[in-house]
Amino acid sequence: MALPNHASTLERVWHYAYLVICGLIFLFLIAPILVVIPLSFNIEPYFTFTEKMLKLDPTGYSLRWYDLLLTFGMLEPDAPRDASWWADAWANANWINAAKNSIIIGFFSTIIATGLGTVAALGLSRPEMPWRRAIMATLISPMIVPIIIVATGLFFFYSRIGIQDWGIPYLGVVLAHATLGIPFVIITVTATLVGFDHSLTRAAANLGADPVTTFRRVQMPLILPGVISGALFAFVTSFDEVVVVLFVGGLDEQTIPRQMWNGIREQISPAILSVATILVVISILLLTTVELLRRRSERLRGLSPG
Amino acid sequence: MTDATANGKPQMLTTADGKPLKEALKRAQARARRKAFLLVLPLLAFILITFVTPIAQMLHQSVYNEGFVMHEDIGTRTRTPIMTNIKAWFDGNSAGTEPDEAAFAALHQDFLLLRELRAPGQVGTRVNYERGGSRSMFTKAARSAERMEPPYREAFLDVDEEWTDPELWRVMRDASSAYTFNFYLAALDRTKNVDGEIVSVDQNRQIYIKLFTRTLFLSVLITFLTFLLAYPIAHLLATLPLRYSNLLMIFVLLPFWTSLLVRTTSWMVLLQSQGVVNDALVGMGILGDENRLQMMYNQIGTVVAMTHILLPFMVLPLYSVMRPINPSYVRAARSLGATSWTAFRRIYFPQTVPGIGAGALLVFILAVGYYITPALVGGADGQLISNLIAFHMQNSLNWSLAAALAALLLAGILILYWLYDRLIGIDNLKLG
Repeated sequence: MALPNHASTLERVWHYAYLVICGLIFLFLIAPILVVIPLSFNIEPYFTFTEKMLKLDPTGYSLRWYDLLLTFGMLEPDAPRDASWWADAWANANWINAAKNSIIIGFFSTIIATGLGTVAALGLSRPEMPWRRAIMATLISPMIVPIIIVATGLFFFYSRIGIQDWGIPYLGVVLAHATLGIPFVIITVTATLVGFDHSLTRAAANLGADPVTTFRRVQMPLILPGVISGALFAFVTSFDEVVVVLFVGGLDEQTIPRQMWNGIREQISPAILSVATILVVISILLLTTVELLRRRSERLRGLSPG
Repeated sequence: MTDATANGKPQMLTTADGKPLKEALKRAQARARRKAFLLVLPLLAFILITFVTPIAQMLHQSVYNEGFVMHEDIGTRTRTPIMTNIKAWFDGNSAGTEPDEAAFAALHQDFLLLRELRAPGQVGTRVNYERGGSRSMFTKAARSAERMEPPYREAFLDVDEEWTDPELWRVMRDASSAYTFNFYLAALDRTKNVDGEIVSVDQNRQIYIKLFTRTLFLSVLITFLTFLLAYPIAHLLATLPLRYSNLLMIFVLLPFWTSLLVRTTSWMVLLQSQGVVNDALVGMGILGDENRLQMMYNQIGTVVAMTHILLPFMVLPLYSVMRPINPSYVRAARSLGATSWTAFRRIYFPQTVPGIGAGALLVFILAVGYYITPALVGGADGQLISNLIAFHMQNSLNWSLAAALAALLLAGILILYWLYDRLIGIDNLKLG
């Protein structure tokens, strides 16, 4: 990107203008995500920086909204904070219950999506796979079809088969979220299988390994980074999904996004911002994990430029 | 083949156990194909059940509404055919026939059953979808059905004099068969007149075409904006050394990984009239305190937030096309005397067109079906077609109309998806 010595003045001006424009676009990308973090520590119930906050006065900041996350919905929020207070929070606080539901739903839908998706990706990346293109398009389509259409379809389908009467909690939402997560698993796992040398499996078989051993010892180590990042994508998809939960989830199946959705629609309070901050921190952690995995995978397959 | 024809005459190649090689190969290939397919089969079956079947069910709902012909008890789930007498009358008389005493007698019979089943509301609702104000007529008529004496025509007219309205009878005739395309007509701002011809609805009741147009317009605008913003930074990322570009890539990937609701909430915080942007502008003295900008609950909110949310989907395909472009092409053009602008326009830009196509198509497909962000920051005039589908599902409860709108949207999306697969290939979809 360095400017050559012979660049004219106009080119120099344009070059720096270009860098400034790029900087502004990066600001546009990242600022909206970071702005909620300081605001979530606001002591006032406003969505803007108070004068005290701008002067970095500690009295302008507080943890009251984080505290509200714990106490909201508790039976006795004002009791002394001993073991029974925490037990009360664990059992009754709305946001804690929503987090529990989100994690349960996310966990099971991720297991289903990753399991089925990985096996299918193995089949799809074999050169002899028949109707590859059509099947691939079908399997990726849950990512493309608008979520409102999926939710509408599932609403009709579930009420037709009466899934609520089967007595398995979360079943409808888990199956739907697994479906939504599958395209991500397929994409990430097939990406790690690109350029996979199939003579490796033949060599393993030649040396007397049965298919399961071949998979475990030869293929699995190579695709593991893709599987894990696919699983993380699937988990995030489920963890972030609100429309299907709104349409087919039972009244007791409150998840974090659903609780946020209700909070935003009714009376938006800075407590939402503290949830948002927590979610941003989680997504930073996830992004770091996925980046590290991707680099490891590229190194393993010898694709990394160094 | 030289070995096989060693003795001068052709000889069949065979495997060790004496089978012809060609056949053995074919069998082995078939086995390999079967094996590959068996690996995919469980997932394919799963998707068929949890995704394809529900959408098929929705498509069915868009042409099938049994509100006028079948009653299902919520508790016992027993299904009883209703409105059978009037259906028989419709079958015996052609469309447009003036309803006679026999018709009203049949109707009376049906209302007695409706009252027993407590179903007049359901039937009235079905008729109400196509003719406003009909629901109350049905509930009222059902209430007085037991007291009615012949002649029934007069008895019905005593309850409500609109009972001879030809429009009402046209709707009832259409509703008396569960399969109908009328919901698609309604979704396209069309209706049938008394003679069964397809006509446009009144000017002031046309909403759906307008909304489809607005959805298309906003999606094109958002796609264009994402292109405008993504191109410079994708170019910067593609020309920087990997060490730096990987770091800057975080700016693109972090929004991608952050919850949609979080990003929408952030925009609400920024754009509110008491929000950060307005406060900053007022604080700097650019705006007076009394004329703060209204940037939320209108189209601006939808466009700004959606552009931000969909931007990574444009940057990533552009980046993956720009990265492998050899910088010596542009240098060669410069040394041949092209200005930097000409070199960009004639040499660099044409090489990035595939990336623009991939990104634009992806962003457009995602934008057309967007629901959450317009619902939260769109206000009244920033709503897209998805929001109307949700409205008919949850508020007006006209599920067949919702399904018809969804089917139209789905058809459009699938065409674009097919185009994407043709031009770019689903395999080239990358995430980060």
